[in-house]
Amino acid sequence: MNSITLLIILVLYLGFLFAIAQWAEKKSNNKWTNNAYIYTLSLAVYCTTWTYYGSIGVAANSGVNYLAIYLGPVMVIPTWILILKKIIRISRVNKISGIADFISLRYGNDRFLGALVTVICVVGILPYIALQLKAISETFHIVTQTADTIILKDTTTYVAIALALFTSYYGTRYVDASEKRKGIVMAIAVESFLKLVFFLTIGIFVTFFAFDGFQDIFNQASLLENFSEKNSIGDFSQAINWFLLCILSLFAIFILPRQFHVSIIENNREKHIKTAIWLFPLYLLLFNLFVYPIAWGGNILFEGNPVNADMYSLYIAQLFEQQWLVLLVFLGGFSAAISMIVVSTIALSTMLSNNLLIPYGFIGKLQSDKQEKNSNRIVRSRKIGIFSLIIVAYFIFRYFALDYSLVSIGLISFVIIAQLAPSFFGALFWKRGSAKGAIAGIIVGFLICFYTLLVPYAIGISTLENHFISDGLFGIEILKPFQLVGLDYLEPVPHALFWSLLANFFIYYGVSISFKGNYRERNYAEMYVDIDKYISNHENAFIWKGTAYKADIEKILNRFLGEERTTRALRIFNVKYNIDNDTTMADARLIKFSENLLTGHIGTASAKILIGSVAKEDQISLPEVLRILEESKENILLNKKLTETSNELQKLSIQLKEANETLLKKDKQKDDFLDTVTHELRTPITAIRASTELLYDDDEIPEDIKKQFLQNIITESDRLNRLIDQILDLEKFETGKQKIYLSENQITKTFEKVINPLKQLLNNKSIQVNTHFEIEDFKLLYDEERIIQVFTNLLSNAIKFCSGNHAKIDIYFYDKVEYIEIAVSNFGKPIPEDDLLTIFDKFYQSNNQNIKKPIGSGLGLAICKKIIEAHHGKIWAENSNATVTLKFTLPKRY
Amino acid sequence: MKKILIVDDEPNILMTLEYAFKKKNYLVFIARDGQEALDLMHIEIPNLVILDIMMPEVDGYAALHAMKENPLLRNCKVIFLSAKNQESDIEKGLLLGADAYVTKPFSIKKLLEKVENLLVD
Repeated sequence: MNSITLLIILVLYLGFLFAIAQWAEKKSNNKWTNNAYIYTLSLAVYCTTWTYYGSIGVAANSGVNYLAIYLGPVMVIPTWILILKKIIRISRVNKISGIADFISLRYGNDRFLGALVTVICVVGILPYIALQLKAISETFHIVTQTADTIILKDTTTYVAIALALFTSYYGTRYVDASEKRKGIVMAIAVESFLKLVFFLTIGIFVTFFAFDGFQDIFNQASLLENFSEKNSIGDFSQAINWFLLCILSLFAIFILPRQFHVSIIENNREKHIKTAIWLFPLYLLLFNLFVYPIAWGGNILFEGNPVNADMYSLYIAQLFEQQWLVLLVFLGGFSAAISMIVVSTIALSTMLSNNLLIPYGFIGKLQSDKQEKNSNRIVRSRKIGIFSLIIVAYFIFRYFALDYSLVSIGLISFVIIAQLAPSFFGALFWKRGSAKGAIAGIIVGFLICFYTLLVPYAIGISTLENHFISDGLFGIEILKPFQLVGLDYLEPVPHALFWSLLANFFIYYGVSISFKGNYRERNYAEMYVDIDKYISNHENAFIWKGTAYKADIEKILNRFLGEERTTRALRIFNVKYNIDNDTTMADARLIKFSENLLTGHIGTASAKILIGSVAKEDQISLPEVLRILEESKENILLNKKLTETSNELQKLSIQLKEANETLLKKDKQKDDFLDTVTHELRTPITAIRASTELLYDDDEIPEDIKKQFLQNIITESDRLNRLIDQILDLEKFETGKQKIYLSENQITKTFEKVINPLKQLLNNKSIQVNTHFEIEDFKLLYDEERIIQVFTNLLSNAIKFCSGNHAKIDIYFYDKVEYIEIAVSNFGKPIPEDDLLTIFDKFYQSNNQNIKKPIGSGLGLAICKKIIEAHHGKIWAENSNATVTLKFTLPKRY
Repeated sequence: MKKILIVDDEPNILMTLEYAFKKKNYLVFIARDGQEALDLMHIEIPNLVILDIMMPEVDGYAALHAMKENPLLRNCKVIFLSAKNQESDIEKGLLLGADAYVTKPFSIKKLLEKVENLLVD
């Protein structure tokens, strides 16, 4: 494949990733971009070209050793659910934008510590970036089958420049570095997915097409020289080497700037961790599945024809003349490289600007009152940072790092970064750790690395035979860089790790407990270690005494956030802590809040410097801080209790309110009931009074009318009496005084007792009654007198409302196995849907308005309902085809 | 002869009123609910309406409201005759535009006087 074709493919591939990033940026809260799978895949930025190519080299040359780098993470990942969550919370509330911020803030927001961490990271990671560029370059040359030439003629130089430009443009879209970069994360996730797929493709190809499966490779490989030697775990000292490598990678998964960036800064939801803890190990497992077959397949295929074992995957594809496979493998490696480069340089440039550049001088350049100007300057400094990091890394690769395998450079990086481990984990779990301890530990640890790794490797590059390595510094035996103090069974990397971390750890511990830290350290220690206590109002945990004017602070915020964001942020702050808008003085909470707002833009140290420039702080002694912390702890406890109590009170008050409402409703019902009762009572009285008055005053009333009036008086008196009976009945049911006397009866007999006396009346009104018995004649338990009352009410109701020329009432008796159902229906106007249930209320009133006349006696159906319910039955009404039906049930077994 | 429309859903009350007003030489119409009353009024515009309030379907308030909407009926005198005897009920009735409000149970004599007075004006 020629260079031009490959370049075009690369441009297309980058364009595709760019489009994905753009799309994700637009849909930043979409379920496609903001989910646990994208998060987990982005964590796979861990697998760089070192994994993609380097593991194969290690496996080919020294068997299973490559596994240690993946076992470490797999061992520690289950603890993520606690540790990672804690780090995420701390970083979120403090607006932390990188590991330098994270460590330095904990140790009293120490400017020097932040800068030191930054330097360590840059020194550790730059060669690692160089390694990626080296892989891109080498593979590019293998694919195009060209040799690398002088720097300006080499195509890969331009690939590096293009990559630098792209990353510096895309990685710095936000001034606030703690802001999420959904586009980048999405692109990284897609790359992680593709590199895995491509790697699996070549793995399957080698295993099943080039060979006949795993067994075949193993059989052929076992015939090779050195096979068993390379594939044994070895003796005890080998095991210790292994163990140390596991420890190394275990630290790396937390502390590597790119891992910190994707797992902490870019974490959108804590719950995504839950998916990551099983999916990420699975990803690593899948990635390692074919490393061994490819490596030993390569060893078999290229026996006696040595090629760089790191690149077996490409060579094998080329050997079988599979151009498409060569291209896929190359693109997978390219993905692995650029995702590492992009994330690492973003993380490093943020640290460079926020923890080194701005706090050490550049801050003076950010004095403009215009927010845009300041923001532009910050962003520009980061752009330059990213660009130069990549370019410098490219030079390192071109001039220094050509001789070593991918893995060895990667491991050196890991060891350097691991120097941050004691102060990093100390920050999470140990309140006594101090800035002095952290700084001393890191420096000593780094110096040991320098002596035991960097210097020998640098000397090794010049390939001169050297007495320094073989005899030790000044010929002193115990100073041999690879065998310090005579420790001679460790390989260089575990050896360096062992000594540097040992010293680092004890110095960190020793200095921390020997020297008093300052109060700010103690304050942040509290906020880090006990983060869960302060998660919702961490500003409260910040201790600060002094004088500061709100207006001054606002002015500074304006300079970096712009007026709109500042005003909005302060409004939220005021609401959160219930602070009057007109307050002129700033308190500790506002100081912390403002520092946080600035942190994302300029880093923790500069934020402190800037706020400190307008806030006159009084010194507080350490004991006082401890006392305040103790108090605030108590306060927080007290607060918690208060909140609980107030929640309880609130619950109670809601209950009271509900009870009150129920009472009011009942009261209203009672009023309505009384209203209706009085109306119902007054109506017959009115009729009686009117008739009586006329009879009394008027002597000339014709005889028949006089009779009619007297009849009125009798009917209305009866009605009055009936009404009073019903009211009393209902009252008895409601207060529970009404007893049900059950006895065995036949329902049909009971019904006859009701219908027979009514026959005359029905005849007179020419209403036809049909009875349908679809029921065996068996005995039921019920209170006959009450059921008679129900039948009477339902029938009189039906009689009253049946209409039409052929007035007709149907009564049905059904056997429903568990119970019997009785229906009384009549032709007539349907009951409005809304009222189907309410007609069984006492004095049913349509539409809740008490102006409409109640239907029927008003109380009849209410009484029926009470009776049926007392028998554990149901009663309801239905409309169908101009027929109104009232139904009730009686259970067979009581 | 003055025309009087009596609206009530209680037949026994209706009967006594019909008798009493006829005796005083009014032309008496009766209706059992608001709708029937409104239908009647379109045929025969009464001088005065005696109107119950709580009736099924169209109640007294609604009937009065409909009358006030109709220019032909707007000037009919209206007496509410109701068992609702709360002050608020009376106030509401008068606000709607009734000329008088008589509570049940009532004295026929007094009702007759009230009607006479209203029809003199």
